[in-house]
Amino acid sequence: MTEPAHHHAPASAIEQRVAALEEVLTEKGLVTPEFIDGVVGLYENDIGPLNGAKVVARAWIDPEYHERLLHDGTAAIAELGFGGPEGQHLVVVENADDVHNVVVCTLCSCYPWPVLGLPPVWYKSPPYRARMVREPRTLLRELGVDLPESVEIRVWDSSAEVRYLVLPQRPAGTDGHGEEELAALVTRDAMIGVARP
Amino acid sequence: MAEWVHDLGGADGHGAVDIEPDEPTFHADWERRMFGMTATVMTQGRVNGSEFRHAIERMDRDWYLGSSYYEHWLAGLATLLVEKRDLAREELAAHGAPSFPLARAAGAVEPTPATGGEPFAVGQRVQVRRFDPAGHTRCPAYVRGRVGTVVRRDGVHPVPDVEAHSDERPEEPTYSVRFAAGELWGDDAEPGVSVCVDLWHRYLEASA
Repeated sequence: MTEPAHHHAPASAIEQRVAALEEVLTEKGLVTPEFIDGVVGLYENDIGPLNGAKVVARAWIDPEYHERLLHDGTAAIAELGFGGPEGQHLVVVENADDVHNVVVCTLCSCYPWPVLGLPPVWYKSPPYRARMVREPRTLLRELGVDLPESVEIRVWDSSAEVRYLVLPQRPAGTDGHGEEELAALVTRDAMIGVARP
Repeated sequence: MAEWVHDLGGADGHGAVDIEPDEPTFHADWERRMFGMTATVMTQGRVNGSEFRHAIERMDRDWYLGSSYYEHWLAGLATLLVEKRDLAREELAAHGAPSFPLARAAGAVEPTPATGGEPFAVGQRVQVRRFDPAGHTRCPAYVRGRVGTVVRRDGVHPVPDVEAHSDERPEEPTYSVRFAAGELWGDDAEPGVSVCVDLWHRYLEASA
């Protein structure tokens, strides 16, 4: 149980290989440092779970947006300016008092990049991918979401082209909150379904 | 049934999931370079997503399970570019990486065959076909042979089983199919659980 989720091979060997690959591809004109820096910067600085949090907060305060979001996630999310790779077909699944949704990709690492950024290591790890479809109740409890048996759990395995975003329930006691204040409550893990805001 | 290491749904023997607090987007600079190189090559269309996934799936079991995510990308990208003759191992060696492990060759693969027939409707009962993929598929082993209900239709998309192994790009409907946990795991199933899996048309047949 203490096994780390990721096992690094000796860093020097990997670094050497990646550097060699980049040198060869650069020489051949197949990659450029500028493009690499640009796309890396995009996902380190601009595209991340703050986008998804804005979507969730808007859905919490605007009933018409909420309806559009559940009807056509891709279009409603595009209204806020978010879309692109790994987000061409977005489906939003909503939690309720008696339903909890959670997302996994058992085959690899599919994840809604435009709204959550790049997936964390644990989401891509074999234990999460193996266990979430088979014992979600147990795994969610281990992760701090202890659901009574009266709450149905729906696991979404994103094995084709759709990428899923969980719409968590608005926390109690937030009636007076504005949109930004609400967005600040929404975590990445709540939008995957392994936490609650 | 052929064992594909990446096809992990329901696999035994896996332990705790460790969530790293405040995890950075990348853990090392080489991960940034690996992400950026892969994004470049995919954006150019030199490599498609299905063949990239399949190159990673062709890593040996111990290597796949014992290496980090971006090492999978390194293995997948280098393997494909060598196979496509965009680069040679000797060139990598000449640039300071004499040891450069690659995934095993794909061999000749007959893609999962098309089945035809009318699209399935929402609410329809379907059974996942039992097949033993020699190559790439997006049909997880844990649903093969199982009966579920179509809960959503998602338009048509290129079939990954074909895209990974040829230049053809047939498109077929995909569906989200809901399975009761008991249908998947029998007596081991947890109560009140269902699993929805997104599946291409050719993976399915109508069920009574």
